[in-house]
Amino acid sequence: MDALDLSRWQFGITTVYHFIFVPITIGLSALVAGLQTAWVRTGKETYLRATRFWGKLFLINFAIGVVTGIVQEFQFGMNWSAYSRFVGDIFGAPLAIEGLLAFFLESTFLGLWIFGWDRLPKRVHLATIWIASIGTMMSAYFILAANSWMQHPVGWTMGDGRAELTSIGAVLTNSTTLVTFPHTITACFLTAGALLLAVSAWHLRRGNQDDVFRPSLRLGAWVVLIAGLGVLITGDLQARVMTEQQPMKMAAAEALYENTSSASFSIFTVGSLDGSEELYSVRIPSLLSFMATGSPSGEVEGINDLQASYQQEYGEGDYVPNVPVTYWSFRLMIGFGALAMVIAAAALWFTRGTRSPRSRWLWIAAVGTVAMPLLSNSFGWIFTEMGRQPWTVFGLFKTAESGSPSVSTGEAATGLIVLTVLYGILAVIEIGLFLKYASAGAPVIAPETDEADKPLAFAY
Amino acid sequence: MELTTVWFILIGVLWAGYFLLEGFDFGVGILLPVLGRDDRSRRLAINTIGPVWDANEVWVLVAGGATFAAFPEWYATLFSGFFLPLLLILVALIVRGLAFEYRGKRPSAAWKRGWDLAIFWGSLIPAILWGVAFANILRGVPIDSSHEYVGGFVNLLNPYALLGGLTTLALFTLHGAVFLALKTDGPMRTEAGRLAERLSLVAVPVAAAFLIWTGIDNLDGFGIALSVSAALTLVGSVVLTRARREGWAFASTGATIVLAVAALFVTLFPDVMPSTIDGAYSLTVTNASSTPYTLTVMTWVAAAFTPIVLLYQGWTYWVFRKRLKLSDIPG
Repeated sequence: MDALDLSRWQFGITTVYHFIFVPITIGLSALVAGLQTAWVRTGKETYLRATRFWGKLFLINFAIGVVTGIVQEFQFGMNWSAYSRFVGDIFGAPLAIEGLLAFFLESTFLGLWIFGWDRLPKRVHLATIWIASIGTMMSAYFILAANSWMQHPVGWTMGDGRAELTSIGAVLTNSTTLVTFPHTITACFLTAGALLLAVSAWHLRRGNQDDVFRPSLRLGAWVVLIAGLGVLITGDLQARVMTEQQPMKMAAAEALYENTSSASFSIFTVGSLDGSEELYSVRIPSLLSFMATGSPSGEVEGINDLQASYQQEYGEGDYVPNVPVTYWSFRLMIGFGALAMVIAAAALWFTRGTRSPRSRWLWIAAVGTVAMPLLSNSFGWIFTEMGRQPWTVFGLFKTAESGSPSVSTGEAATGLIVLTVLYGILAVIEIGLFLKYASAGAPVIAPETDEADKPLAFAY
Repeated sequence: MELTTVWFILIGVLWAGYFLLEGFDFGVGILLPVLGRDDRSRRLAINTIGPVWDANEVWVLVAGGATFAAFPEWYATLFSGFFLPLLLILVALIVRGLAFEYRGKRPSAAWKRGWDLAIFWGSLIPAILWGVAFANILRGVPIDSSHEYVGGFVNLLNPYALLGGLTTLALFTLHGAVFLALKTDGPMRTEAGRLAERLSLVAVPVAAAFLIWTGIDNLDGFGIALSVSAALTLVGSVVLTRARREGWAFASTGATIVLAVAALFVTLFPDVMPSTIDGAYSLTVTNASSTPYTLTVMTWVAAAFTPIVLLYQGWTYWVFRKRLKLSDIPG
C-alpha cells in the first residue's frame, strides 16, 4: 500500500468511527432536553431521573464524539493536502463556520449544563441543553454542506489551478445538502430512539424501575417509528437527487450495467455483481426506476453506458466505483434501518395498554435494536463515499490526486496504525463504561437541601 | 486594510485566544501530579477547569478551520509538513479529553491513576509541541517551489524550536498555577501561589531567552516592543503573585501569552511560513490566501458571530466565578 491507500483507510476508519457517536449525540441531546423539559413543566421526579440517566449515557458518548472530531479537521491538511489546496477556498468556509457557530455553542453550553445544575435557575439550565442540542444540529448542517459540495459542486469557478468560491449562498443551499441534512438528522433520531428502546427493554425484562423505563421504551419506539418514516421519505428524495447528480452511484448501487427502463430492485443477489449472469436474486419489479426517477417506468442509466460517456467527458480512465461495496452497503443501510422500525412497531404493539410480553426472544430483539441504526448509519456513509469514487469532488478532482505529496508511506502508516489502535482501545473502554452506566439504572434523587455549601451536583 | 491582513490578524487572535484559555487548563493538567496529592484534591483541580476546558479546546478547531478557509496553502503545507508532531498532539488531546469525562466513572484507584496520567501527558505534550511548531514556523522551514515541506521530522527538533517548546511549557504551567490560586480556596490556593512563585524562576529566564533569540534573528521594532511588554507583564505577574493579588496575576500571565503570540505574528508578517530554501518559495499572506470573495464572506461571518461567542463564553466564566474548595467536591 502506498501513502494514498493508507490515508484512504485512515479516513474511512476515523470517519466511520466518529460517526458511530455523532448520531447518538445529536439525537440523544434532543431527547434528554425533551425529558428535562417534561420535568420542568410537570415537576415529576420520574422525568428528572430519566433525564439524569440518559444524560449520563449521553455524556459518555459525547466525550468520545468530540475528541474523535478533532482528527476529522486535522486530517484534511495532514493526509489530503493536495485536496485542501485545491478546494480550500470553498471547503474551508463551512468548516470554519461550523467551528465558530456550532462547536463553540455545543461545548460552552454543554459545560454550563453539566456543571450548572445547582448554579443556574431551573429554566436557564434547561435552556442550556436545548442550545447545546441545537448546536449539534447546526454542526451537522455545515459539515453536510461541505460534504455535499464534494458530491455535487456548486457556486464555484475554476481559478488559477484551484476551485474558487463564487456564491456561498449556493453552497449553503445546495440541493444535495437540502435533502442530505433531513436524511441525516432523522437517522440521528432513529439511532437515539433505538438506544432508548434497547436499554429500557433490558431493564424491563429484569423488572427494574418500570416507572422510568416503561415510558422510555415507548418514547424510544415512537421516535424510531416517526424518525424512520422521515428517513424513508428523505432517503427517497435523496435517491432522486443522487440519480440526477451522480447516476453512476445509483447504477453501482444496483449493479445495473445497461440502461434499463422499468428497472427492478434486487433485495439481494448471489453472484459476482460484475455484469455477467447472476446465479440467484430476489427482485422487486420497477422499484429501482421508481427510486431513481419517481416513475416506475423511468429509465435508469447503466454502468457501461455511463463509463463510456464519462470517458468522453473526462478522458480515459475507470469511472466505476467498487460495485460490490456500493451494492451491499446500500442494501445493508436500508435493511438495518427497516429492521429497527419493525422491532419498534412490535415493541409498541406488545406493550400497548399495560401489557408486558413474556417472550424472551422479543426482549433480545429489542435489546439488539441498538446496533441496527449504528450499522445502518455506517453503511450509509460507506455507500455515499465509496459510490463517489474515483472522485473526491465529483467530476472535478480525483482521489488519486488528493493526497499529501510530502507525507511519506511510513508517516501515513504510523498515522493509520496509531489512530486505529487507539480507537480500538477507546472502543473497549467506551462500551465498558456505557454498559456499566446503562445497567446501573436511573439514579435516586436526593432530597433538595438549602445549604449554600452543598457539593456540586454533577462534578467530575 | 487588506482582507488578507485582517485574516492574518484574526488567526493570530484565535491562536492567542487558544493559548490564553487552553494554556491554563494545560497548566492545571501538568500540575495535577504536584498539587493533587490525594484523589479529592486532584478532583478539586480538575473541577476548576471542568466547565470550560472543552470550549477552550474549540479555539484550536476554529483556528485550524479559519486557516483552512482563509489561507488554504498555509493549512495544507503546515498540517502535512508537521505530520508526526500533529499526530502526537491529536493523540494527546484525545486521551486528555476522555480522561476528564471518564476518570470519575469507576471507583477503582488504578482506573483513576491511568486517567490522571492521561491528563498529565495529554496536557504536557501539546504544551511543548505547540511551542515547537510555532518556533519552527517563525524560524522558517524547508519549503520547495510547489509549497511542499521537504524537511522531514528531525529537522523540526532544532535548538531554537526546542527552546520555543520549553517556553510554552513554562508559560502554560505558570499560567495554570496562577489560575489554580485564583480559582480555589484553602490549602490548594496557598500551595498553588507558592508554586507559581517558584515556577516563575524558570519561566522568566526561559521566555526571555526565547524572545531575545527571536528578536536577534528578526530585527523588527514593533515585534521587539511587544516582546519587551510580554517580558514586563511576566515579571509583573511574579510581583502580583507574591502580593497574593491572584486576579491581577492571572491577567498578567494572560497578557504575557497574548503579547508573546502578537510578537510572533508581527515578526512573521507578511510571511505565514517562510522557506529556508529560497525566500521566493515562502508562503505569504497573499500567495497562501483564499480569494477576496471568500475572505469577504468569512469577514462578515466573523464580525457577526465573534462578539456573540465572546459574550456567552464570558458569561460561563461569570457563572462559575466562585472559588472551589475541598468541601465542594462530593465524597
